[in-house]
Amino acid sequence: MEFFLQQFTNGLTVGAIYALIALGYTMVYGVMKLINFAHGELFTLGAFIGYALLVTFGITGRVGLGLGLAISVVLVAGLVGVAGHVLERVAYRPLRHSDRLAAVVSALGASIFLQNAIMLSWGANYRSYSADLLPSVSVSIFGQSFPLLKILIFLTAVVVMLALWLFVHRTRIGMAIRAAAIDQGAAKLMGIDVSSVIAVVFVIGPALGGIAGLIVGLCYGQINFGMGQLYGLKAFTAAIIGGIGNIQGAMVGGLLLGLVEALGAAYISVAWKDALTFVVLIMILVVRPTGLLPERVAEKL
Amino acid sequence: MSGVATGGDGLGARLGPLARLSGLLGRVRGLGVPLPVRIGSLVLFFALPLVFQLLGLASARYWLDVLNVVGIYAILALSLNVILGYAGMFNMGHAAFFGIGAYTTAILNTIYGWPIFLTLPVAGAAAGLFAYVVARPIIHLRGDYLLIVTIGIVEIIRIALTNNVFGLTGGSNGIMGISRPYLFGFRISQPFHFFYLIWAAVAITVVVFRSLEESRYGRALKFIKEDTVAAEGIGVDTNGLRLMAFVVGATFAGFAGTIYSARMGTISPESFNFAESVTLFTIVILGGSGSQRGVILGAFLVAGLPELFRGLDKYRLLMFGAALVLMMIFRPQGLLPPKPASYRLPPPWDKPGGGEGV
Repeated sequence: MEFFLQQFTNGLTVGAIYALIALGYTMVYGVMKLINFAHGELFTLGAFIGYALLVTFGITGRVGLGLGLAISVVLVAGLVGVAGHVLERVAYRPLRHSDRLAAVVSALGASIFLQNAIMLSWGANYRSYSADLLPSVSVSIFGQSFPLLKILIFLTAVVVMLALWLFVHRTRIGMAIRAAAIDQGAAKLMGIDVSSVIAVVFVIGPALGGIAGLIVGLCYGQINFGMGQLYGLKAFTAAIIGGIGNIQGAMVGGLLLGLVEALGAAYISVAWKDALTFVVLIMILVVRPTGLLPERVAEKL
Repeated sequence: MSGVATGGDGLGARLGPLARLSGLLGRVRGLGVPLPVRIGSLVLFFALPLVFQLLGLASARYWLDVLNVVGIYAILALSLNVILGYAGMFNMGHAAFFGIGAYTTAILNTIYGWPIFLTLPVAGAAAGLFAYVVARPIIHLRGDYLLIVTIGIVEIIRIALTNNVFGLTGGSNGIMGISRPYLFGFRISQPFHFFYLIWAAVAITVVVFRSLEESRYGRALKFIKEDTVAAEGIGVDTNGLRLMAFVVGATFAGFAGTIYSARMGTISPESFNFAESVTLFTIVILGGSGSQRGVILGAFLVAGLPELFRGLDKYRLLMFGAALVLMMIFRPQGLLPPKPASYRLPPPWDKPGGGEGV
């Protein structure tokens, strides 16, 4: 039972990370119908900016743990958000009215470019977040002890997602986002500035992805310029499993994928862990191509 | 591509003067490079390696190796072109079929002692059969969904190969000691032997796919790509044809796998991963999706050109990524897009309803 609970917690943690990344995919896809292949690299960028702040600059040693972490989160989200915005301006905006395929290839190009830019800036080797960055505290729930960090990660993801849901469903900008997702042309006729909507989406999504990168650094320690590829693929898988285009779907898909992966690795085989993800994806697409929580048109993000 | 060119003869007949104009343009464009020049450059291309070899130029081996790599990429990209270029299906897992072909050859050769060329049909069939099995349930998926599923397939294959599936694939080290191919008792071992083997294979691939392109199946595939609903509406078996394109493309990727195994002597799972699939995808798109000349040019640019800039090795992929973005903004149809097709219409074509349907 203890082993199961441990794996379950691990699954929820990694699932929350997938869900955070998946939000970026799902929002961009919802509005632009584009797989933003460079999203995984923005996530990596977040991990490396976090590394620069926490390890190279040692911010927690200078201003204290709580404030240091808060500043890191804000800076990572802000800088990666800016990077996402620049990416949209350079690689996607000129292609908004062209073929789907052209946008996909441009996204691939941007992904390759960013990955190599990160490699040239920080090197090809693994970098480690120092293990003593965060105090390791465990909390005891029902007689089982859980690491506090993982619980915090899970809670952070849930809070972020709730906030995002409220933002999209309860604010005017959110309404504009939903309108643009349903029909860009009609949204324009209603006086919605679709370009600004896309710009907003391309700041929020990458910012969340960047935070996910920071979390991966804090939680697992090791980061590498190529890590965005697999995380990105899995997060996109999560978005599709949940039903791409809606926020709840990203959350459900992410957590489900995290659990399947953690329990699969524990009870089936570690070596086949990553393959399991894609088997689940293919099965879901064959049986239910729109995902578990298909976008209802009126609610499509 | 204009609707006249792809819509078939029936539409062309109705559009009258426009069709005549587009047919005329097609003929004028065809005159771009005179036939003797084309044949001459082909002869030169195939003769030069032999000349280099006879002169014993030191750098010849190296450049021949580069050309061999380009050739294998060309076969792979031409086969992907059937799926992506003709049928318009976003397949980003082509390296999986390549890998299955390569491993089939390697396993049959090293464990069962089959000669390389005997494994060729088996490798093609294995890749084709695998493509049939995995593509059948997903062939109806929309563009982006198909893309992500094919990425999933190539990842599953890579992981399976790495995990030494069935105890046959040798794990992450792969398979070593694949023997050289014999053709009529002649041992193919030197780079310039391989040059002729590989580029003959490229030529065969070009001829086969050119005739596919010009057949009714090829036209139906293009129709499906341009407008699936309309194609379905006039009775084209869209899913069946899409599946056929997938299997044909995968089969040729399997053949390429055989040649690759024979040339390398050693294969490992990392040669058949997602990144390799992306490379093939970009070769087709950069060169000109649907155009054989374009795809071959793409293979030269993506696989060959970087060899000229070895000093800038570190920045190679960075520039490649930037080039992809710029290409899509300024020339999304690729460097050498397919020419608009021109058909010779039967004599009474200018009378209303006189043209023949697709």
